[in-house]
Amino acid sequence: MANHILEVRDLSTRFHIAEGTVYAVNGISFHLDHGETIAVVGESGCGKSVTMLSILRLLPIPPAEIVRGQALFLGRDLFDLSEREMENLRGRDIAMVFQDPMTSLNPVLTIGRQIGETLRIHMGLEKEVIRERTIKLLEQVGIPDPIQRLNDYPHQFSGGQRQRAMIAMALACQPSILIADEPTTALDVTIQAQIVELVQRLREQMNMAVIWITHDFGVVAEIAERVLVMYAGYIVESAPVDKVYENPRHPYTMALLAALPRVDRRRSARLRSIPGAPPNLLVEPTGCPFAVRCELVTERCRVEMPPLILHGPNHQAACWIDVSTGIPF
Amino acid sequence: MTVLQSSHSQDQQILVQVSNMKKHFSISKGLIIERKVGSVKAVDGVSFLIQRGETLGLVGESGCGKTTVGRTLLGLYPATEGEIYIDNHNVRQARRDEMLTIRRKAQMIFQDPYASLNPRWTVNSIISEPLRVHKIFTSNKEKSERVQELLNLVSLSPRLVNRFPHEFSGGQRQRIGIARALASNPAFIVCDEPISALDVSIQAQVVNLLEDLQDQFNLTYLFIAHDLSMVRHICDRVAVMYLGVIVESAERNELYENPLHPYTQALLSAVPIPDPKKGRARSRIVLTGDVPSPINPPSGCRFHPRCPIAKDHCSIDVPEWRQITDDHWVACHEV
Repeated sequence: MANHILEVRDLSTRFHIAEGTVYAVNGISFHLDHGETIAVVGESGCGKSVTMLSILRLLPIPPAEIVRGQALFLGRDLFDLSEREMENLRGRDIAMVFQDPMTSLNPVLTIGRQIGETLRIHMGLEKEVIRERTIKLLEQVGIPDPIQRLNDYPHQFSGGQRQRAMIAMALACQPSILIADEPTTALDVTIQAQIVELVQRLREQMNMAVIWITHDFGVVAEIAERVLVMYAGYIVESAPVDKVYENPRHPYTMALLAALPRVDRRRSARLRSIPGAPPNLLVEPTGCPFAVRCELVTERCRVEMPPLILHGPNHQAACWIDVSTGIPF
Repeated sequence: MTVLQSSHSQDQQILVQVSNMKKHFSISKGLIIERKVGSVKAVDGVSFLIQRGETLGLVGESGCGKTTVGRTLLGLYPATEGEIYIDNHNVRQARRDEMLTIRRKAQMIFQDPYASLNPRWTVNSIISEPLRVHKIFTSNKEKSERVQELLNLVSLSPRLVNRFPHEFSGGQRQRIGIARALASNPAFIVCDEPISALDVSIQAQVVNLLEDLQDQFNLTYLFIAHDLSMVRHICDRVAVMYLGVIVESAERNELYENPLHPYTQALLSAVPIPDPKKGRARSRIVLTGDVPSPINPPSGCRFHPRCPIAKDHCSIDVPEWRQITDDHWVACHEV
């Protein structure tokens, strides 16, 4: 308990829109330890980003509504903080890096100004100190010629460099948690490899905890110590990284892994595709959300959502079926 | 510099033949008096052959010219230089009638299923457009039967024929794009990143569909992608592009198991493996810096500024396109 830097309990987020209510996140709980890296995996619309935006209170309310839940940062519930306290905490204690660096950087401000802003607001530093720190940060994230590049605008940076600048901005105040929302999805593999290495190095140097959101099981294998698999607003499996690949206990995790072609293996068969599509989140969930696409489905699955069942140390899966035998528990 | 040192052949086995294809986009300045100030050498001398029924993969990082190769090949961009033959038609010299024939035989599937379908058209008008343009059927009854047949082929319900693109998911839209490409009974399809906008579980569905259609109609694909794992799965042969040129090409397992060009090696080592134990055990070649600008590509071997094994002469001499084994070609001085 004492080691949890962040603990989320029973979080539910919905959106009220013209078409009805979107059940985006449905009662999820998880924790993050000091200096730990977890990966949140799932397909688009599964609630990965909404979970993180809920915790940081970055969702517009309305249409969003945090129906219930707690997000304890060092024991304090973020949902109880005033807007002012939350502003102080964002960027200083918990920082976020977004997927698309072009839309999350301001195109009319120089890179130096944007990184410096964080330092000015949170640290109240002098102009000269800010400049020096900014140069050092750019150097740290591997931007060549940082003194020159300080005065460049985002469009003068390449995609990989922009993402580095975003990381520099996020790390400016040495946060204890970094939330990275698909930071490499828009980048080429060679640049992705550079960014993954960069975050790992900085994480060790700063003893930072990292939540890495992705849909790429390859990246997960490289960076995470623990993995949360999300589907339709639920955490369906949570496990130490090796266990997810060796011994997945949820049919969705298994199906996703089976649907992946492998760069390191000869082709042996057709890809195993998952039939159908993710569920419509406008319908209030009853039963297991994966039931309609699941090979092992039983009657119970359709009417009753399974709880997370413990399979080993830190390994839980929400499934009524023992996937190794195909028989219900 | 041709892939096989043969001139344009009448070989029935070869469907697509490209030699020394170049596509330069000029950059001009001046509003009233335009003058050319340089050119983007997007594709700068590319040669390859594709056999009937085969899938050739074209991989490389963004901006390396993959998409431009696909579009120039089909005549969507006029080539700056080189020879392009599709099913013995000379694409660069085709007049209107012949071009129409080429268009019927060679189709394209686009990356973004949101941008490549007209939002104001129904599925029916989207899929029947090629039938109309190529005057394949004259009666409306035949046309609508063909549209239904095409929808069945891509596993979409024919009942959806009067819907609009926004009513479909990304995967379904990509199926509509595939049905449109199949409408004119093509022999050859350029698939330009057809699955990169889709979720993992949907990617597998679309890839399996493309494979089924290939078997059924003996289709030939040029599969352009940056997902190296998927390319290994779907392609028979793979060509690796860097900054407008092909640096290596080989049969798929040969390329992935025995990459010779340092760029191919670095690219493959950067692909994350979904297996933590295996991932930890392997070593990685991390390239420094970004891909240089194609406006002013580096001299000699274009990869030399980032190459871990570059020697002095690499910055001076352009490496020759050499055959190493039966179907393994590489352009590097140090191999």
